[in-house]
Amino acid sequence: MGLLDGKKLLVTGVLTEGSIAFHVARLAQDQGAEVVLTSFGRQMRLTQAIARRLPVEAPVVQLDVTSDDDLDALADAVRAHVDHLDGVVHSIGFAPQSVLGGNFLSAQWPDVATALEISAYSLKSLAVASRPLLVRGSSIVGLTFDARYAWPVYDWMGVAKAAFEATARYLARDLGPEGVRVNLVSAGPIRTTAAKSIPGFEEIEGGWSDRSPLGWDMTDAEPAARAVAALLSDWFPATTGEIVHVDGGVHAMGL
Amino acid sequence: MAYTEQEILAGLVEIVSEETGLPADSVLPEKSFTDDLDIDSLSMMTIVTLAEEKFDVRIPDDEVKNLATVGDAVSFIVGAQG
Repeated sequence: MGLLDGKKLLVTGVLTEGSIAFHVARLAQDQGAEVVLTSFGRQMRLTQAIARRLPVEAPVVQLDVTSDDDLDALADAVRAHVDHLDGVVHSIGFAPQSVLGGNFLSAQWPDVATALEISAYSLKSLAVASRPLLVRGSSIVGLTFDARYAWPVYDWMGVAKAAFEATARYLARDLGPEGVRVNLVSAGPIRTTAAKSIPGFEEIEGGWSDRSPLGWDMTDAEPAARAVAALLSDWFPATTGEIVHVDGGVHAMGL
Repeated sequence: MAYTEQEILAGLVEIVSEETGLPADSVLPEKSFTDDLDIDSLSMMTIVTLAEEKFDVRIPDDEVKNLATVGDAVSFIVGAQG
């Protein structure tokens, strides 16, 4: 018997086998879930190829979170594969290089706006687009990077994550009466394609494992994926608006 | 069953051509992925993933940066076959 037996899940953000979302999709299938992925544009072929590497090949539906057409069409596109959803995983983020990597003070609003739209507002867009398919007891889970602090090089992505975390709380408020939970996993640094695209990412990595009481392996997405799977399951039935830290314990340490 | 060098070149050219939209006869062994074929990191990831699938090999991330030309990739795949 699996943790997610019979659950139908929509998982965004699978790009490579290193993607946290890939590990979520793999674990979810291993735990009995049926998974539908999303991708768009030039990433679509890669996501489709990676979908064939899951234990069960997952269908990939079109979703650019900045496209009203895609958002409007999402529910029907997903319905072609599953009749409802028990869970949605948000693993989407983007910031132009001009607002990352030490460019905090020189960043310009249009690029900052792009980062905020794709990395924070998209949680609301995805939730609303999925809403017609969500049933009571369903769960939306997103991935954040602890936005209470200023990090090296993370810059406007950090601001976007703060907005993302607040968005999750407001969604928890507004979707709670429908029986929909909204929670986030705040993972420590993991060397995904997204992370490697941040110039100077190693400055964030630096010392994480030393400061972590449990230690931290930046090449292992499994702990974060397991937490996402747990939050998707029925084992957090009264938890919403929460941020679960999966960072080896760094968030709790002073030094 | 191992693929011959010619089969790998032909298969890789097809993958690169589909990804980039470049005519197959312009994807030559000596062409550089970045400088000549203008392939960015997303396209390179796609090409590598599709090549891994087609030829049943693994091309580790650390190796990809050493594959400057189409010919380099063919040589790597030839060597990576079981």
